Amino acid sequence: MTEELFIQGNEACAKGALKAGCRLFAGYPITPSTEVAETLAKELPKVGGSFIQMEDEIASAGAIIGSSWGGTKSMTATSGPGFSLMQENIGYAFITETPIVIVDVQRGSPSTGQPTMAAQGDIMQARWGSHGDYEPIVLSPSSVQEYFDFTVRAFNLAEKYRTPVFVMSDEVVGHMREKVIIRDDLEIIPRVKPESSENYLPFRNVKNGTNPMPAFGQGFDIHVTGLTHDERGYPDTDDPKTHETLVKRICDKILNNKDDICDIVAEDTENADIVVISYGAPVRSMITAVKNAQAEGKKVGYIKINTPWPFPDEQIYELTKSASDVIVIEMNLGQLYYEIDRVVKCHANTHLIDKIGGLLPTPNEILAKIEDVGGN
Amino acid sequence: MRREIRIGGFGGQGILMAGVIIGKAASLFDNNEAVQTQSYGPEARGGASKCEVVISDHEIDYPKVQNLDIFVAMSNEALIKYIGDLRDNGTLIVDPGTTDIEDVRDHIEAHNITVFEAPAGKIAAEDIGLLIVANIVMVGAITKFTEIITPDAAKEAILDSVPPGTEDKNIAAFEAGYSL
Repeated sequence: MTEELFIQGNEACAKGALKAGCRLFAGYPITPSTEVAETLAKELPKVGGSFIQMEDEIASAGAIIGSSWGGTKSMTATSGPGFSLMQENIGYAFITETPIVIVDVQRGSPSTGQPTMAAQGDIMQARWGSHGDYEPIVLSPSSVQEYFDFTVRAFNLAEKYRTPVFVMSDEVVGHMREKVIIRDDLEIIPRVKPESSENYLPFRNVKNGTNPMPAFGQGFDIHVTGLTHDERGYPDTDDPKTHETLVKRICDKILNNKDDICDIVAEDTENADIVVISYGAPVRSMITAVKNAQAEGKKVGYIKINTPWPFPDEQIYELTKSASDVIVIEMNLGQLYYEIDRVVKCHANTHLIDKIGGLLPTPNEILAKIEDVGGN
Repeated sequence: MRREIRIGGFGGQGILMAGVIIGKAASLFDNNEAVQTQSYGPEARGGASKCEVVISDHEIDYPKVQNLDIFVAMSNEALIKYIGDLRDNGTLIVDPGTTDIEDVRDHIEAHNITVFEAPAGKIAAEDIGLLIVANIVMVGAITKFTEIITPDAAKEAILDSVPPGTEDKNIAAFEAGYSL
């Protein structure tokens, strides 16, 4: 049955997780993410799932990694301070290729910053927060409906590529209420388990990069370690070739599938003088501002990035070709801006609207920048 | 048409619930578009609190207030803090039990603001016998004075939002506010 609800973003996220088959949440409550935990604490037991309040966020990340190896789709939700604590285990999840979903409802930072105010200061931490080479998948919702949809997609991508996936929302999208339509016919990707333990290698150097994943206690004798490992999963830390093969496979399984993973929306970018680019909550301000600028006769278009990582560089390059100027809007002092600048600077000037303090940039602030930049 | 409403008061008055009911009524039962947002401090109760709802027959992009049409003040602090955001010819609804309209009289006259008084706290305490339903009385008053939602949608949203067993008191509170 299709349901129509008027609910908070964080509740929609929890409902998306349930729909996607999440059956374990382990977390430590933190504003502005707490409603994700609160909703799942109520709902998970009803569907045979488990909710565990952990002692901290390090343990939360550890618990969902372990649970995922037990064969259960698992998630946690936090905000910047907790996301920082999770980084060590996030690296472990990448090298062990553990499908997990981590939701970061971003708030003013650094440190404990502004608990009840919105920001996008963690978008580079999602990319580079743990040490070493890895390729995260990051989804960034702008509405309550997208928060639901992207959470479902996060679980699907985690299973499809056997990798951690981050949903990076913020206080505005987390606490905003809107209508959300919960459809029954959503595509849900199940855990792919190996068929037979005979000759099975959990970390085989397969061409598409992704191996089926056994669950502990189901007949597969396997070893899982954060150390560089061979195809059996056994430590092999001093052979350069083993390390190169492993880490490149883990990165390439994401990078070679950017066509499948990357998701952006472009409006009126063809023949635009100015292209405005944003992701997450400020997209809402951007769209109003672009419509107002178009009403003034300006040739302005916009790009909404739904997946900041892996960075959709080729699409952004193509879609900004006609523009003389690109304006990036972020609720930080410039993070994804430099990635966009890297891609477009050969044909356009880049400008930044860097809004911190906790409030969405207003359409008028963006319109003023569009008028100031002028185009051509 | 886009209409923007803000309800301001302090934590614990049920301001958020009032906004959620208005948003739910507009979105699910009047079949309009609606977005409800809020701002609050880290305190659980007593701190300044405000709740905004944007209602439109078109898709809503920017979810916050740009040009405030309706301001509902349930505390004097909120009245003084936010009166300046109300547009010229806008609508102000106050609870005279918790606000002093004389504090903003000059501003009201200078900007041609229409004022309605809704003694929500008094009605809730004396007529319904339950001060905590003052917010629902105010939803009734808002529905009556602004027609931003229909009374049927408001009642459906109230029944969909309040704890089981409290339906009758809440509907009575709504009706009391709606008959002002």
